[in-house]
Amino acid sequence: MTSSNQRPIYMDYAATTPMDPRVAKKMMQFLTPDGEFGNPASRSHAYGWTAETAVEEARKQVATLVNANPKEIIWTSGATESDNLAIKGIAHFYGGKSGKKGKHIITSKTEHKAVLDTCRQLEREGYEVTYLDPEPTGLIDLDKLEATLRDDTILVSIMHVNNELGVIQDIAAIGELTRARGIVFHVDAAQSAGKVTIDLSTMKVDLMSFSAHKIYGPKGMGALYVRRKPRIRLEAQTHGGGHERGMRSGTLATHQIVGMGEAFRIAQEDMAKGQAHAAALRDRLYDGVKDLEEVYVNGDMTQSVPNIFNISFNYVEGESLIMSLKDLAVSSGSACTSASLEPSYVLRALGRNDELAHSSIRFSIGRFTTEENIDDAIIHVRAAIEKLRALSPLWDMYKEGIDLSQVKWAAH
Amino acid sequence: MAYSDKVLDHYEHPRNVGTLEKDDPSVGTGMVGAPACGDVMRLQIKVSDDGIIEEARFKTYGCGSAIASSSLLTEWVKGKTLEEAGQIKNTDLAEELALPPVKIHCSVLAEDAIKAAIEDFRGKADNADGSDNAKNPGKAA
Repeated sequence: MTSSNQRPIYMDYAATTPMDPRVAKKMMQFLTPDGEFGNPASRSHAYGWTAETAVEEARKQVATLVNANPKEIIWTSGATESDNLAIKGIAHFYGGKSGKKGKHIITSKTEHKAVLDTCRQLEREGYEVTYLDPEPTGLIDLDKLEATLRDDTILVSIMHVNNELGVIQDIAAIGELTRARGIVFHVDAAQSAGKVTIDLSTMKVDLMSFSAHKIYGPKGMGALYVRRKPRIRLEAQTHGGGHERGMRSGTLATHQIVGMGEAFRIAQEDMAKGQAHAAALRDRLYDGVKDLEEVYVNGDMTQSVPNIFNISFNYVEGESLIMSLKDLAVSSGSACTSASLEPSYVLRALGRNDELAHSSIRFSIGRFTTEENIDDAIIHVRAAIEKLRALSPLWDMYKEGIDLSQVKWAAH
Repeated sequence: MAYSDKVLDHYEHPRNVGTLEKDDPSVGTGMVGAPACGDVMRLQIKVSDDGIIEEARFKTYGCGSAIASSSLLTEWVKGKTLEEAGQIKNTDLAEELALPPVKIHCSVLAEDAIKAAIEDFRGKADNADGSDNAKNPGKAA
C-alpha cells in the first residue's frame, strides 16, 4: 500500500508519461559544452554536421515506427502544433484565396481540442466545418462519414486513438473513402503511435500528428507526417529560415529531437510486450471492480487500446471520487473543477447521460505500472465507491427503485 | 484543486450523514440540485413541538465542497429555531469553509436545501389534518 509520504500511484499515462531513462540519457549528450550542442543548420563546421546527423537518425527512427519515408517527417513542438499546421496548412492552401477546391472540412465531436479549436478558428475565417457524432461506442460510422463528403470537402481530420476512451478509429477504411475523392486525410496519432501498428505505406493517410511525451519522450516535441506520394502541399504557419523544407521554420531542438527518436525506437521494440502488459493490467483492474453495481465501461472495449480504460461508477460524482482517490493519479471526465461544470464533451458526444459522464474515471496505464499498483488501485476504488455511495441520495433513490430519469430536477 | 483544511475535514469525516423518515410529520426534507449539474443535496430536519431543530441529516451527491457545505450546515442548524435556520446565508458557509469562487454555488445549494426542508416541514404542519402530504422524494426545490 501507498504510505502517506509516497507520491500517488501514477495512472495517467494518457496525459503524459515519464521519460524513459534511456531517452533522458541520450538527450543529455546534446546539450553541454562537451556534448553535441551544435545547430543542425550550420553547414560550415563539424558541430553542425554532427547535430544534423543525429537529427536525421531520429527522423529515421520516427519514420520507421510508422513505415514512412524519413523525408515525410517534419519536426514540430508537439501534436498540438502538428494539428494546427496540418489543418490550417491544408485549409489555407486549398481553400484560401488561390484555392479553388473548396472550404468544407469534416471532423468529429470527440477529437482533441487541438483539432476542434483549430476548426473553430477556421470557421471564423469563413470555412465550413461538419462535426460528426460518434456512435455510442465512440466509433465513427463510415457510412455516416461518407454521406457528409462533398465536392467542396478539402479535408477530413479524424483521430486514431481517442485520448479519453482509447477507442481505435478505422483510419485505413476512412483513407480509402477520402483518397478515392481526392480529399486530404489528417490523423491525430498522439495516442496511437507505439500502441497500435501504423503502416503508412498501406494506409491512405496524408498527414499524421505525433507527440513525443505520450510515449516516454520529452514534452514540447512532436512531428507531422506529410505524404510525398501523392504529394501533399500545405501553407506554412511559422515563417523564418525555411527549415523543414519551408513547412516549419525555427532552429531544430537537437536534444528534443534525439529524445523523440529514441522514444520511438524503444516504442517499436516494446510495442507488443507493452500492449500485452497493459491488457493484462487493464483486465486485472476491471476484474477487481466490475462486481460493484452500476459500473459502466465507456467506449468500445474490443476496438480500443488496453492502456486507456474509462469507466463510470453511477451515482458517484467524479470530482469527489478523484478526491477520495488521492493516492491514485487518475483523470475524471467531470470538469467540475472549471467554472463551467460541464461533464466531458467526449462522453456527452457518446450520448452518455450527465450522471454517468460526471461519474467517469480514466485510468491510463503504462510501461512502469505494476500488478501491485493495480491491486492497490482496486482497494482504493472500492473503498471510495462504497464511501461515496453511502453519502449519495441518488444511490438511495436507485436502491428504492426510483427511476431518476423521471424525477423533475431543477437545474441550477 | 486545493481544498481548505475545513473542507477536507468535513469531506473525510462528514457529520450527520443519514436519513430521517420522510413521512414523519415532524421531519422536513429538502432535495435540491440536479444530477446533470453534478450535485444533488438532500437535507432533512426533525423539528420538536416547540419549533427547534433537534436532528439534521444529509446525503449529498457532488464534489468535496458540496459535501462539506451540507455537512457543515447540519452542524449549524441543530438546536436552532426554524426562523434562525432559515437565516443562514450561503456566504457564511462559504466563508467558514474558505470556498474558492468556482465553488460558491455549493454553498448556495446548501442554503437552498435548508430553505426547502423548512418549507417542506411547514407545508406538512399546515396540512396536518390527516391529508397525505408526503412529498415526492425527488421533488427538487
